[in-house]
Amino acid sequence: MDFTTLTLTNVTRTFGRRRALNQVSLEADAGQLTAVLGPNGSGKSTLLSIVATLLSPTSGDVKYGAHDGRAGSALRRRIGLLGHDLYIYPELSPAENLRFFAKAYRLTDVERRVDEALDRAGLTDRRDDAVAGFSRGMRQRLAVERALLHEPRLVLLDEPFTGLDDAATRTLRERLAGLRAAGCIVLLATHDLETVDGLVDRAVVLHNGRLGEVAGGSTPLRERYRVAVNHQIAKSPNPPIAR
Amino acid sequence: MTFVRDVWLVTRKDLLIEARSKEILYTTVFFAVACVVVFAFGFVREGRPVADAAAGILWIAIAFSGTLALGRAFERERQTETLRALMIAPIERPALYLGKLLGILILLAIVEAVIVPLVGLMYQAPLFAHATLMLGLLLSGTIGFAAVGTLFAAMLVRARSRDVLLPVLLYPITIPVIIAGVRGTASLLQADVDEPMARAWLAMLAFFDVVFVTLALWTFEPVMTD
Repeated sequence: MDFTTLTLTNVTRTFGRRRALNQVSLEADAGQLTAVLGPNGSGKSTLLSIVATLLSPTSGDVKYGAHDGRAGSALRRRIGLLGHDLYIYPELSPAENLRFFAKAYRLTDVERRVDEALDRAGLTDRRDDAVAGFSRGMRQRLAVERALLHEPRLVLLDEPFTGLDDAATRTLRERLAGLRAAGCIVLLATHDLETVDGLVDRAVVLHNGRLGEVAGGSTPLRERYRVAVNHQIAKSPNPPIAR
Repeated sequence: MTFVRDVWLVTRKDLLIEARSKEILYTTVFFAVACVVVFAFGFVREGRPVADAAAGILWIAIAFSGTLALGRAFERERQTETLRALMIAPIERPALYLGKLLGILILLAIVEAVIVPLVGLMYQAPLFAHATLMLGLLLSGTIGFAAVGTLFAAMLVRARSRDVLLPVLLYPITIPVIIAGVRGTASLLQADVDEPMARAWLAMLAFFDVVFVTLALWTFEPVMTD
């Protein structure tokens, strides 16, 4: 299955009495990089988990082109997720981690893909060392390659720049630009506003579970983000409670 | 074929991780051996064991060490959040369940390979006299116990009191399996061996296995969807 749009319509998710997402609607197209911004606890990770089919919305719809989350494993094969936790096995080597996920995604030519991914992550010379001994930046580079190994259509990245040095950040920016050129739908939750400024096509802000648009323009993204957050605070000053 | 391949992929990954860390293997074997040895001080008097003690202690050791292994197997996935990566991968949920179950069964088989001879030695129990029946009882009893345990351990992976809740939920449900295992084993260890009775308990264990594995395969997907 394939799709070129992601559409969220009035998505609400509650945890007990706390409403993590409140009537969120969002549309993203193929070849578009969308930054999801917002303070800690604003619902960014919940939003990505719902889009990744790991969480069900309490109400509202998520559509992947013409399909919904019930498309099951065929849909999951088209989604790549990098979480805040890196989803890699520290006891295994980078090559073993990538090989495991390549087989889980039923990829062909596994060894070539693993070699290429290790090369992109700059971990070829550490391919057989246990990940447990790696720095955060090295793990992050590996985790990015793990998430993109199966060439997903929908790429969900939660804080992908965490722990990366300047060179790795530059490489990841280039990789993200490559994903846009390849026609991927990319949702990127981040606090690194300076890093994604000029890279993303569009930015939205989540505050207290409500989604707002960050205006486009030539002013720095941080400035536009501040304006958008203030606007959101004015609209809904208190965290929403489910009734 | 893809289903079987996915099951083995998950099992192989779990075994590879365990081969590197040896964390579950060492703790469960040590715990099971400690169980058998400590009980021996109470149930073996002047070199003679209390009747049926060997069967009870063998299954207690399997159940206790199995609970330890079950909790740890999923705790490892929780700590690294790799369970989410498995959930988003296009692996069918039943294949994921069976892969985890098979990994636990192989670990418990190693534990049993250590404690069965130990119980035989310390309680003078002729556990190898009817090796095929004994093997059948151990295999079917362990499958029944681990089938429920794997489901509950997965279900509790995000619960705050999972370490306490796992045995509290697991033992009441698996009591029939443990009783069948103990009685089946005891009928093979008594002075005049009751093979038909052992076969009856084995049949009951096989029945529990079918019921528990079917229920677990049926409920694993909704249980794992938040």
